[in-house]
Amino acid sequence: MNYFNQSLTSIHKQLSDKSVSAEDLTKQTLENIKNVDGDINAFLTLDEDGALKQAKEIDDKGIDSDNLLSGLPIAVKDNIVTKGLKTTAASKILENFTPIYDATVSEKIKKLGTITVGKTNMDEFAMGGSTENSAFKITHNPWDTTKVPGGSSGGSAAAVAAGEVLAALGSDTGGSIRQPASFTGVVGMKPTYGRVSRWGLIAFGSSLDQIGPITRNVADNATLLNAIAGHDDHDLTSSTKEVPDFTSSLNKGVKGLRIGIPSEFMAQGLDDDVKQTVLNTAETFKKLGATVDEVSLPHTKYGVAAYYIISSSEASSNLQRFDGIRYGRRAKDVKNLEDLYVKSRSEGFGDEVKRRIMLGTFSLSAGFYDAYFKKAAQVRTLMINDFNNVFKDFDLILAPTAPTPAYGIGEDVSDPMTMYMNDVLTLPVNLAGLPGMSVPAGFSKGLPVGVQLIGRPFDELTVYQAGNAFEQETDFGKQTPTMGGNN
Amino acid sequence: MTEKISEDQVRHVAQLAKLKINDDQLPYFTTQLDQIIGLFETLSEVDTDGIKPTSSVTDQVNVMREDVADNWNQRDGLLASAPDTQDGYIRVPTIIDESGENE
Amino acid sequence: MNFETTIGLEVHVELKTHSKIFSPSPVEFGDEPNANTNVIDWGYPGVLPTTNKGVVHDGIMAGLALHAQIERQPHFDRKNYFYPDNPKAYQITQSETPIAHDGWVEIEIDGHKKKIGIAEMHIEEDAGKNTHATDHSYVDLNRQGTPLIEIVSKPDIASPEEAYAYLEQLRQIVQFTGVSDVKMEEGSMRVDTNISIRPVGQKEYGTKVEMKNINSFNYVRKSLDYEEQRQQRVLMSGGSIQQETRRFDETTGQTELMRVKEGSDDYRYFPEPDLPVLTISQEWIDQIESELPEPPAKRRERYVNELGITDYDAMVITQTKEMSDFYEAMIKAGADAKLAANYLQGDVNAYLNDNQVELQDTKITPEHLATMIKLITDGTISSKMAKKVFKAITKGDEPKKFVEDKGMVQLSDPAQLQPLVDKVVGANPQSVEDFHNGKDRAIGFLVGQIMKETHGKANPQVVNKLLKDSMNK
Repeated sequence: MNYFNQSLTSIHKQLSDKSVSAEDLTKQTLENIKNVDGDINAFLTLDEDGALKQAKEIDDKGIDSDNLLSGLPIAVKDNIVTKGLKTTAASKILENFTPIYDATVSEKIKKLGTITVGKTNMDEFAMGGSTENSAFKITHNPWDTTKVPGGSSGGSAAAVAAGEVLAALGSDTGGSIRQPASFTGVVGMKPTYGRVSRWGLIAFGSSLDQIGPITRNVADNATLLNAIAGHDDHDLTSSTKEVPDFTSSLNKGVKGLRIGIPSEFMAQGLDDDVKQTVLNTAETFKKLGATVDEVSLPHTKYGVAAYYIISSSEASSNLQRFDGIRYGRRAKDVKNLEDLYVKSRSEGFGDEVKRRIMLGTFSLSAGFYDAYFKKAAQVRTLMINDFNNVFKDFDLILAPTAPTPAYGIGEDVSDPMTMYMNDVLTLPVNLAGLPGMSVPAGFSKGLPVGVQLIGRPFDELTVYQAGNAFEQETDFGKQTPTMGGNN
Repeated sequence: MTEKISEDQVRHVAQLAKLKINDDQLPYFTTQLDQIIGLFETLSEVDTDGIKPTSSVTDQVNVMREDVADNWNQRDGLLASAPDTQDGYIRVPTIIDESGENE
Repeated sequence: MNFETTIGLEVHVELKTHSKIFSPSPVEFGDEPNANTNVIDWGYPGVLPTTNKGVVHDGIMAGLALHAQIERQPHFDRKNYFYPDNPKAYQITQSETPIAHDGWVEIEIDGHKKKIGIAEMHIEEDAGKNTHATDHSYVDLNRQGTPLIEIVSKPDIASPEEAYAYLEQLRQIVQFTGVSDVKMEEGSMRVDTNISIRPVGQKEYGTKVEMKNINSFNYVRKSLDYEEQRQQRVLMSGGSIQQETRRFDETTGQTELMRVKEGSDDYRYFPEPDLPVLTISQEWIDQIESELPEPPAKRRERYVNELGITDYDAMVITQTKEMSDFYEAMIKAGADAKLAANYLQGDVNAYLNDNQVELQDTKITPEHLATMIKLITDGTISSKMAKKVFKAITKGDEPKKFVEDKGMVQLSDPAQLQPLVDKVVGANPQSVEDFHNGKDRAIGFLVGQIMKETHGKANPQVVNKLLKDSMNK
């Protein structure tokens, strides 16, 4: 079976009334993945035995009727460690790496009875926006398999878009959940920094990374965030703020909500259809009773530079642990220790990862730190101030998620500059640590286009509230790609 | 276009990062990095006098763990996944320069 | 030409916490390799550090003991370098905001007091341990993550002598806070030095030479002595000092070149994004301040002024907090201050050395030792008898009971001793004559006779007096 036209509620109903067992559902899910994924390449690893065993255990225990996630097959991005299940971050350096512990999110969703059917493809170490930087395979956009699914959580987004699973976990450092969600017509949330524990997320940019849900609809997304959010003693940056029920405000509508559209996000370089999609979305919100006004985030144009300095600097340090000594790939036939380091790392990392490590190392090195790293961290402060100013008068920001719809495979990957500029609309949210969600909002030449809803820190509730109101009013999210398996 | 980073600097940075950039790749890598660093330099347009740098956006301050020892007993699993071990040690090629940087 | 010397010391001290600084793994030594390690200590993919509150507490305490300013909003930084014992390839340390800064330690050389400034003190994680064989090296990460404080002196130290005195004081001060054992031989205190010389009157410092991980304070002094001389010879002969790291060879007493430094190392420090900034409240500082034990210098002053013991005795007693606490407990239990000091330095220290144990790990209690001393001062036992009593104390026996059980009570009653004295004087006319002829040895012989008669129980002072009185009659 595929998950088009399904939701957590509909699947849960079938599981609860025993019209399907968790085991059967898992079997059918795996079967469908095998049929479909040859064209999509969303998965790097399938865990058939583990998933079926887990499903059986859930059947034995009985489906928890109060828990929408009980017995639900789910996919997890391959930079989230899963105990006993290969986790590679799509890198050759971790090609045969099987973690001995679970990420906090892995543990949390397992406890709630979800069944991890497999690990999804991504740009190596989450560096990239097309999933073409995977060391292992290229994932295709279910809407048009000649197009990229976006990235870096391209595998997770494509798996949901293609109906292979109903929900998946991704990670977002500069747009890696929202941009692929936009490209594949699904809902992707990057929660507030600190909302979800990063324990077990293979670090890319530690001050930017967040794990978040990718789903077919807003309500499901809120339910999955309920499952993974909350303080974790293993992650001191995770917030001790109380976690609300993210589904509690879904039906409150947007009446009286003050929405701002940053003019800098609508400036040159934006695809016409994308621009129109944002304007249409604004009209819909107005129709639903919200006010929509133009706002300004004046430092937006410096975001790309600040982001690539900070994220690359942090990455250059985070990725030093992949040195061939304690785990992962160790190069063969090395002459000495230095040779072991250099060979293991040079053979193990792809070009984009090397490029970022080099950029980060450079930005932190003696004589350049002040001009690059420190300067970027100061510009980051100014960008945060920009957002704070807007949020004094507005409840929510509406913006395009990506400058264009999905582009062709092979189009961008050769030119890192173009690739980096594509993140201009998503990365400010990471720099400021805000919650941001992409929801399907239109189409351009048969390809989905998403818009981004950005909230105040820890105000995912309003983001979900507006997202759900928009989704109820429109049917962009209900459309499905023609490929990706037939019923 | 002025050069933001030279091939020598690229080589030096690669060395710091324990990466090998082959000679035939060097010009290509240098050109790319040069472009990106050119982009980085646009930040110099921004007046950041007196602006505090932000290195984290966590809302947490002063969170600490109580000093209680807890052995997670992961030794066997860790050693099993290491590429080369002997008698409970991780084995590596002989370290020649013991002056190292281990302080 | 005359030169002046500038010495800088970087001292690493291991803190005695239960768990590691950024992971809950136990801080314990001597276990199987890698027994006390977990995924955090291995720098496993996806792991995050958590700050140990005990380490911050101890860091503040050490800072206060060193009269330093406490940084109110410290954060951690990453210091990046590859090494097999450094699993993340970065060390979490403090570079921008050390937890304490601008402190001082007072030293005294030949009666001259001098304050040596402390530039900063930060907290950081220790690395694992590499051991080397001919064909491979072996990594044990048990020590990885052990909390350290690093104490960096200001360039105030002007001689190897001062360096030695500074280290002595530093060790004592930190030892008294209880945050560390500060033992060079066990590696819980490690010293790196740097030394430069310049012609007297020259403003700029000379080129620094570094020496790492020297094994004892003595070797620190010797290596600095040697290096001071070597640098003078080089400069006098028209040469120049190069920036280098040298090693001290304990057998030859000389330093030798390890490596020449080319520029400074590029550690690419930046703020650790995985750990929130700390905010250290005045309340917390005050609380820790109130927990601080009286420092050794204050105690020495008090011992000399109030208890009347010598400077030397006071210094020896304040070598460790345990010894000093023990001494004070003895005084409280009524022991004579001078005798208590003597016993601690004499019999007690000898016992500790012979058995290679720490005072706190023995059965000797201050109360028992004080009781023994009281028995000596009131004449119940002789100091010779005390040797036996001390032995019993080391086995945990109560001295009074021991003395009674063994019938060791000294005969001090003149009424009891006089008949014996009369008897011995009567039986040894030759000795009496010798005594009258001024031969002092004669009285010794007579005392010996009485001791023999009493099986050593007679109080020699009393016997002496009685003999003299009898013979001078």
